[in-house]
Amino acid sequence: MPLLRRRLGPWFAAAAMCLAALSPLHAQTVATVAAASDLKFALEEVAARFEKDTGHELRLVFGSSGHFKTQILQGAPFHLYMSADEAFVHALADAGKTADRGRRYARGRIGIMVPPGSPLKADGRLEDLAAALKDGRLQKFAIANPEHAPYGARAREALQHAGLWDAMQGKLVLGENISQAAQFATSGSTQGGIIAQSLALAPSVAKLGRFQLIPETWHQPLEQRMVLVQGAPPAARAFYEYLSTPGAQQIMVRYGFALPRD
Amino acid sequence: MDWQALALSLELAAVTLLVLLPGGLWLGRWLANTRFAGKSWIEAVVVLPLVLPPTVLGYYLLVSLGGASPVGAWMQQTLGVQLTFNFLGLLIASVIFNIPFIVQPVQRAFEAIPRALGEAAAVSGLSAWQTFWRVELPLAWPGVLSACVLTFVHTLGEFGVVLMVGGSIPGETRTIAIAIYDRVQSFDLAGANQMALLLLVFSLLAVGASFFASAKLALRR
Repeated sequence: MPLLRRRLGPWFAAAAMCLAALSPLHAQTVATVAAASDLKFALEEVAARFEKDTGHELRLVFGSSGHFKTQILQGAPFHLYMSADEAFVHALADAGKTADRGRRYARGRIGIMVPPGSPLKADGRLEDLAAALKDGRLQKFAIANPEHAPYGARAREALQHAGLWDAMQGKLVLGENISQAAQFATSGSTQGGIIAQSLALAPSVAKLGRFQLIPETWHQPLEQRMVLVQGAPPAARAFYEYLSTPGAQQIMVRYGFALPRD
Repeated sequence: MDWQALALSLELAAVTLLVLLPGGLWLGRWLANTRFAGKSWIEAVVVLPLVLPPTVLGYYLLVSLGGASPVGAWMQQTLGVQLTFNFLGLLIASVIFNIPFIVQPVQRAFEAIPRALGEAAAVSGLSAWQTFWRVELPLAWPGVLSACVLTFVHTLGEFGVVLMVGGSIPGETRTIAIAIYDRVQSFDLAGANQMALLLLVFSLLAVGASFFASAKLALRR
């Protein structure tokens, strides 16, 4: 039936043309960085400088370190893995997925973030959090999921150190990664949360509430380690080296990271 | 606005539709015209992706196609093809996930065609292929159109499966739905808002236009 063919023909032609036009999009191999989401703002600035300095191109993907570890084990095409937790990097190295055992690039810090209008005080020693639990001011409190997000695990340790972990059950809202936890903590739907200093200091987050550091001795250090995945292209290798230069480390420190201990 | 994610989503939707349409037409028509003992079970399997949580499908795809699985390892070694965390993986997931969206409307459309029409065509000397192309398809056209639109729009909006087998790689697996999720997590509500609004308007227009076209075509019969 000609009528039908006339109607179908242009449709398929248009679809085929779209396909042909779009397919080069995902044919190229660009160095892809899987980075812990506490790096969100700092790494974007470092990467922009790196691209300008070297002419290399990078793709940044942010998420939970634990998820990235699982995905790389299953063959995800990431070239540089920047974990918030050393243990994940060592696990990947033991599985033979990486070039070597990697290198530390920064140390993260956690603190309490409280949105404006919250009845909670931004008290890094968590004393007001304990008081709020008792007098009923606290309804919901955000942390990252301790199961697979390093910042969540450290938040749990800090709450355990303060003797609040058991009492907090039922109040905790778990973000998939620290960035989502920060989003929950500042959304106004919770009274606050424990988030990364590197997110709290970023201008777009800093204006959403008050932040105070939690003593670093209350939890295992957040030694962050990066590693090149096997078969990483030269651009990934170059960025790996770039991250240890003073210029890059200066940016990291400005966003609230401490320099790594070697 | 993440144009790259939008382009990727449009491409995924178009390719999904192209892959799914021939098989979907055949299966829908076959289900409409055949009666046998186990048919309900086949129909149940077809509808399954509609009622299953996307995470269940994503989980099974990950363990069955991932690099650690026998199938995934074999594909990787012999063909050098990876089935997860890339466009091909998304396409496989998307095709499976959209089966009910194409088969169901097609089946309903072919069921609505009187059987006598097919018999009349056969008596008039038309081959099975000619009957399908010249008699059945023009009559079932509104159903086929809405199947195509639903599949396309549904692919644009697919989230759970893409999150599990995709990995949010820009230009490769970061679809528009994932990009919205990422924008919200990055405190870029303005960006999320633009993309969400675009998807809302586009979905409404596409589904509305297909209903409108279906009604027109149905009237013309």
